Amino acid sequence: MSGLTRDNIERRLFGVLRPVIIVLLLVICLFPFYYMVFLSFRPLDAVLQDPGALWPQAGEIDLSTYKEVLASTESGGQGFLIFIRNSAVVAVGTVVLSLLVAIPGAYAVSRLDFFGRRQISAVFLGVYFFPAILLAIPLFVFFTRIGQRGTLSGLVVVYVAQVAAVTIYMLRNYFDTIPPSLEEAAAIDGCTRLQAMRQISLPLALPAIASNALFVFMIAWNEFLFALLFLVENRSRWTVSLGLSQLSGSIEVPTTVLMAGAVILTVPIIVLFFVSERWLAGGLTAGAEKG
Amino acid sequence: MGYLLISPTALIVFVMVVLPILWTVSLAFQDVHLLNLSTTGVIGDHSLDNFTEVLTSPGFIDALVTTLIYSVLGTACAIGVGVVAALALRAPFRGRGLVRACMLIPYVAPVVAATFVWTTMLNPQFGVVNHYGTTLLGWDDPIAFLSSAKPVSIFGIETHVSVSLLTVILFEGWRSFPFAFLFITARMQAIPETLEEAATVDGATPSQRFRYIVLPQLLPTLAVLTVLRFIWTFNNFDDIYLLTGGGSGTQVVAVRVYDYLINRGDIGAAAAQALVLAAILAILVTAYLKLFGRSEEVS
Repeated sequence: MSGLTRDNIERRLFGVLRPVIIVLLLVICLFPFYYMVFLSFRPLDAVLQDPGALWPQAGEIDLSTYKEVLASTESGGQGFLIFIRNSAVVAVGTVVLSLLVAIPGAYAVSRLDFFGRRQISAVFLGVYFFPAILLAIPLFVFFTRIGQRGTLSGLVVVYVAQVAAVTIYMLRNYFDTIPPSLEEAAAIDGCTRLQAMRQISLPLALPAIASNALFVFMIAWNEFLFALLFLVENRSRWTVSLGLSQLSGSIEVPTTVLMAGAVILTVPIIVLFFVSERWLAGGLTAGAEKG
Repeated sequence: MGYLLISPTALIVFVMVVLPILWTVSLAFQDVHLLNLSTTGVIGDHSLDNFTEVLTSPGFIDALVTTLIYSVLGTACAIGVGVVAALALRAPFRGRGLVRACMLIPYVAPVVAATFVWTTMLNPQFGVVNHYGTTLLGWDDPIAFLSSAKPVSIFGIETHVSVSLLTVILFEGWRSFPFAFLFITARMQAIPETLEEAATVDGATPSQRFRYIVLPQLLPTLAVLTVLRFIWTFNNFDDIYLLTGGGSGTQVVAVRVYDYLINRGDIGAAAAQALVLAAILAILVTAYLKLFGRSEEVS
């Protein structure tokens, strides 16, 4: 009988605990972002007077924070429009360049037999074991020496190298699932290898390429350390991440205005995430269930 | 043909990742400062001075201990919460997909935005956490979560962990548990239901089913996650730099390297410290893999 009692107690206990834990986790995950949006609409003096407010009071919603954070420095704002442009240039540049480089690479690792094919993925992954700060030192020195530190293009090249391994890994997994017999059939019909790749495998891999592009975009948009090292000296080159982190140290800019900047930094990522969530989760954990 | 297709990737990885690593090794043995940078060649006078300077400098051992505590507790926290979340969301219910997606937000959100909102929420003057801590939970004073070097004491014993270090560890758990959650959920879905059904018929309680059926199946995944999370937490720079700037007992080695590189302009010493960091990480990970057998690779 005692086993049955224990079973009953446990079932009841977990029956109660489960919803409690789910709600708790949801609050922990979502509240900071709700609060971010909420603060970005509040005037600063209202925050200082009533720091405990959790939802907007009547007539308190204030859009001027967004105006101030976006406006250029000449017109008294914080110049986030320029930061957004910089972040977009860097992120899109990284996506385009890394796909151009990684699609042929992933295809080769998946399909073609050449000496060192197995080792090459191991080398690519092993290299990323090193801390980013270790890579940052020589890259900082190198780009300073060739006078390219402070350029957005220099940053793009560094980012492409940073995401190359994970891009190849994700795309290779996908190429592996496309049966080679499709290309063989095309070869019999007189296609060359390159034609078969372009006309058969690439279109089939489009979903993987799209989700990979979004993934790389998110990494490049969120990146902080290299942006800090490379671009910090010139305000007109700052990315949104860098701008927010730099300005949050100064007392002159009100927290609520910067909160509007944080919303601007976060919203594109959250939108992209919900658009691509299904593919991304699948792509990242592909192979994990083999374990 | 294979070489031709792989060569662009190989080239960019070689120039932007492999060469820099080798160059760091070279820099670590030279006397290079930001000021004399333009006159230093790739090959210069090599000596062990940087290593002796770095290893014997006050605060290095301290930073190393802090790094270890941060990565061990941060990893444990992330994986622990990840397991709990995966278990809680295991049985299907309406809207589970959406809830799962929400769980991933802390991980995908930009680190600068996440640290900024937490810094604001934990602010001692107008932070919402301290407001409710003092009014509802009866705290005597607001807690300076991110600038208090006061050691945390457990059962009256003072530990190496300061209030700020505990805060950044919990932040690491908050930010990284989604990663663990994602992988554990994927693995759980692959566990055949019949196993647990059979155990239920045999009278196993929910906790026994977890202990004897689910957990053994998860172990390989947990082992891989531990290694990955440990490496990333050990190397982490962004979170601590943005939350505390490395102050009040939170200076990990990565932040210290940055300090040497930018604030002191001592490139040689920065490189030497980064190498020591990588070497220690390599030793720890190798030891772990030796101890727990060859875990399967991620790829």
